[in-house]
Amino acid sequence: MDAAGHEDVSKHMGPYYVVFVALLCLTAVTVGVSYLHLNRPLAITVALIIASVKAGLVAAVFMHLISEKKVIYAVLILTALFFALLLALPNLTTFEHHSGMPGT
Amino acid sequence: MSETVIPYMVKPHPVTGLPNGKFGIWLFLASEVMLFGALFSSYVLIRIGMPHWPPEGGLSSEVLNVPLGTFNTAVLITSSITMVLAWASCKMGSLPRFKMWMGATVFLAFVFLVVKYFEYSDKFHHDHFPKHDNFYAVYFVLTGLHGLHIVGGIIVNTFLLTWGSRMWKTDPEHFTNRVENAGLYWHFVDLVWIFLFPSLYLL
Amino acid sequence: MSVEHHTAGGNGHAHADHGHHELPFWRKYIFSVDHKVIGIQYAVTALVFLFFGFSLMMLLRWQLAYPGQPLPVLGKLLGETAMPGGVMAPEFYNQLGAMHGTIMVFLGVVPLAVGGFGNFVVPLQIGAPDMAFPRLNMVSYWVFLPGCILMVCSFFADGGAAQSGWTSYPPLSDIAPPGQTMWCLAMVLIITSSLLGSINFIVTIVQLRAKGLTYWRLPFFVHAQLVTAFLLLLAFPPLEAATVMQLMDRLAGTSFFLPSGLVVSGEQLKAAGGGSPLLWQHLFWFLAHPEVYVLILPGMGIVAEVIANNTRKPLWGYRLLVYSVIFIGFMSFVVWAHHMFMTGMGTTMSTFFQTTTMIISIPSVVILTCFIMSLYGGNIRFTSPMLFATAFLPMFAIGGLTGLPLGLTASDIYLHDTFYVIGHFHYVVAPGTLFALFAGIYYWYPKATGRQLSDKLGKVHFWLSFVAINFVFMPMFFQGMAGLSRRLYDPTVYAHGRGVQALNVVISWGAWGLALAQLPFIVNFFMSLRAGARVAENPWHSTTLEWAAPSPPGHGNFLTEPVVYREPYEYSVPGKTKDYSPQFQAEG
Repeated sequence: MDAAGHEDVSKHMGPYYVVFVALLCLTAVTVGVSYLHLNRPLAITVALIIASVKAGLVAAVFMHLISEKKVIYAVLILTALFFALLLALPNLTTFEHHSGMPGT
Repeated sequence: MSETVIPYMVKPHPVTGLPNGKFGIWLFLASEVMLFGALFSSYVLIRIGMPHWPPEGGLSSEVLNVPLGTFNTAVLITSSITMVLAWASCKMGSLPRFKMWMGATVFLAFVFLVVKYFEYSDKFHHDHFPKHDNFYAVYFVLTGLHGLHIVGGIIVNTFLLTWGSRMWKTDPEHFTNRVENAGLYWHFVDLVWIFLFPSLYLL
Repeated sequence: MSVEHHTAGGNGHAHADHGHHELPFWRKYIFSVDHKVIGIQYAVTALVFLFFGFSLMMLLRWQLAYPGQPLPVLGKLLGETAMPGGVMAPEFYNQLGAMHGTIMVFLGVVPLAVGGFGNFVVPLQIGAPDMAFPRLNMVSYWVFLPGCILMVCSFFADGGAAQSGWTSYPPLSDIAPPGQTMWCLAMVLIITSSLLGSINFIVTIVQLRAKGLTYWRLPFFVHAQLVTAFLLLLAFPPLEAATVMQLMDRLAGTSFFLPSGLVVSGEQLKAAGGGSPLLWQHLFWFLAHPEVYVLILPGMGIVAEVIANNTRKPLWGYRLLVYSVIFIGFMSFVVWAHHMFMTGMGTTMSTFFQTTTMIISIPSVVILTCFIMSLYGGNIRFTSPMLFATAFLPMFAIGGLTGLPLGLTASDIYLHDTFYVIGHFHYVVAPGTLFALFAGIYYWYPKATGRQLSDKLGKVHFWLSFVAINFVFMPMFFQGMAGLSRRLYDPTVYAHGRGVQALNVVISWGAWGLALAQLPFIVNFFMSLRAGARVAENPWHSTTLEWAAPSPPGHGNFLTEPVVYREPYEYSVPGKTKDYSPQFQAEG
């Protein structure tokens, strides 16, 4: 937020509390799901989706990303892209099998 | 100090809409994404390369203490809302409220570290040090580096709570910006844990 | 607003109405927050380490030229561990190699190019009073210097300094003597310093540009530094993570990089295993490839400034240059595994990296072409900076072109880890970047000191260096094509090494000659501080903003707030009386 007056903030506290409760609930969900002992790929997918939703809420609401400026978005999108490459490429490169296709 | 006046320290830049400090902290967070991202990528690579995970057998949730981890997750989430409230108190013009909520944030951060202390010492007590196997190596390094970031946050937040709050008298807007920037850092630390907890404890 | 009537050597204040009290010596020159002081601190430190790193190589070149021969005089001085009987020990050879690389890259070139030139010039070129975070800037330097000292002190560790290559590949680096731990700790400090600095550069360039200075009016040097800052910001953290993991392996006994079943000196290593040496390589090269662009981009920026100024013409293809440098910055993140073609990766991934590597060569060629086209039709002044900047062009061309067979997997199979690689990268960074940095020193020394360097000595420095440096690096391509591996203690144990051993003598004498060639520069540098011709603000008749400030600029840099009226390279504009229209002058 910028140099907005103090009246503005007090009217916009609602979302913060909602997100707080949502985060606690989603934490309970993710722990609860883990007791279901889903198969590995499914367990990883579900856990990461829940974590991403939680992270998204923290970023969008607590960190004000939802109303942030374009410059910040640009930096973060670039960062996300490079992070994705750093995650994918070493693993694809290391785990390549006889067929020549990575991950097989 | 004969200090040069730097533009846009407090007021936002007319085109980017950002004060310098906020832009700076987001850039720092971008670099932190790459730091923790590299560790996550390493975790994936090491784990895929091992036939069993944990290497000794069983499940991660049997090696690590899920209730304690869950509790710590709730602690950090709560510390995030108290951090928001600390900033909001500044925006609403109340230094005493700010100190209360910032104090709560620092307190919760200490609670997190105390819980981690118990977790770590339990592992050490059973002779499970980082060198025991890569599960422990990954666990200790990831949570350890995260813990160091919590300590960093405690230092910054305590500074703002004490000597730093003197700025409230001379330049409350600048001080509020500092609190917001500290908040961005703190939320990021929470965000990392949001991924660490399921990745290490549950999967 | 014309500032040409102000006299030389000004110590002007930006806000004359302030009651300026003088800072104590330690706040003015030691723990200064002024970007100009910090820039000079970085530059001087870097020059010292460039010389030190070069000395390490000169020592190493003795062993390569005369394998197994005792080194006269110095051999005894360096002690019985490093040089038993005056002959270089293999372990010491390895230390010299690893530390030469580390020091030149991380303690020499980057601190000079980014910390030195970036800090000093960028705020001036954008019309800012200082960097966005002056105190952070100071912290950056004072985190950097202890890192440097720690790095050099590692020579005194038990077993010597780091000796596993500048690339510190595990498992060897994991089990190396304690000097390697010091390398890791020093790198953590240096990387942290770099991260803090890159944040400062990005915020400064985006937020603190003077009125009228749009992105398309920025000098190319600033564009290059902005892209460089992004590379440092996003590429360094993975190496920091990897270094922490290597420290854990070395100090806490973890196995991040240790595979299972590792046998060392005939004995099974007591470690849990399950780690991956390739993990280090990925994380290291994820940084180290963008790092080579960090090494070259500021240099390209300097060459652009010097060429425009000394041809009295606008740069050819300015927008093309900017788009190219941004594209290079982006692509540099997706080529890194071309350093790992020989690690057993499959054809899919190696084809991917080969393709991206070929693509990234295109903007480099575009940039070089634009520079060459900038010379055409120019009214060229062969000043000392211009000599270095012009020589950069063919030297960088050789460096760049010789990279192509390395980026193609088929030819890389043969050339990987040979002297061909050493020839390739040295051409880009030594007669490439280092020449560009020399151009920058000759060009901006008057701004920083208020005095000119001697042009005669500059020309001697240039010609001696240019000849010597080619004798050093050109033969390496032939050695590499003959199959000679790098990092060999004694090349003559192999027949194919003996075949090109004569070239090692040529290279070594070239290197020692290159060292002597720096003497005119060192003499010039110090002599001109006291005896050089004094200059006013704009001795080169340049167009960019830094030449509006006094020489040297005082606290706050500009006497009046600068305003920008036009593009950065308005030289020889038809119809004007002067052959240059500075950005900061209202009417030409």
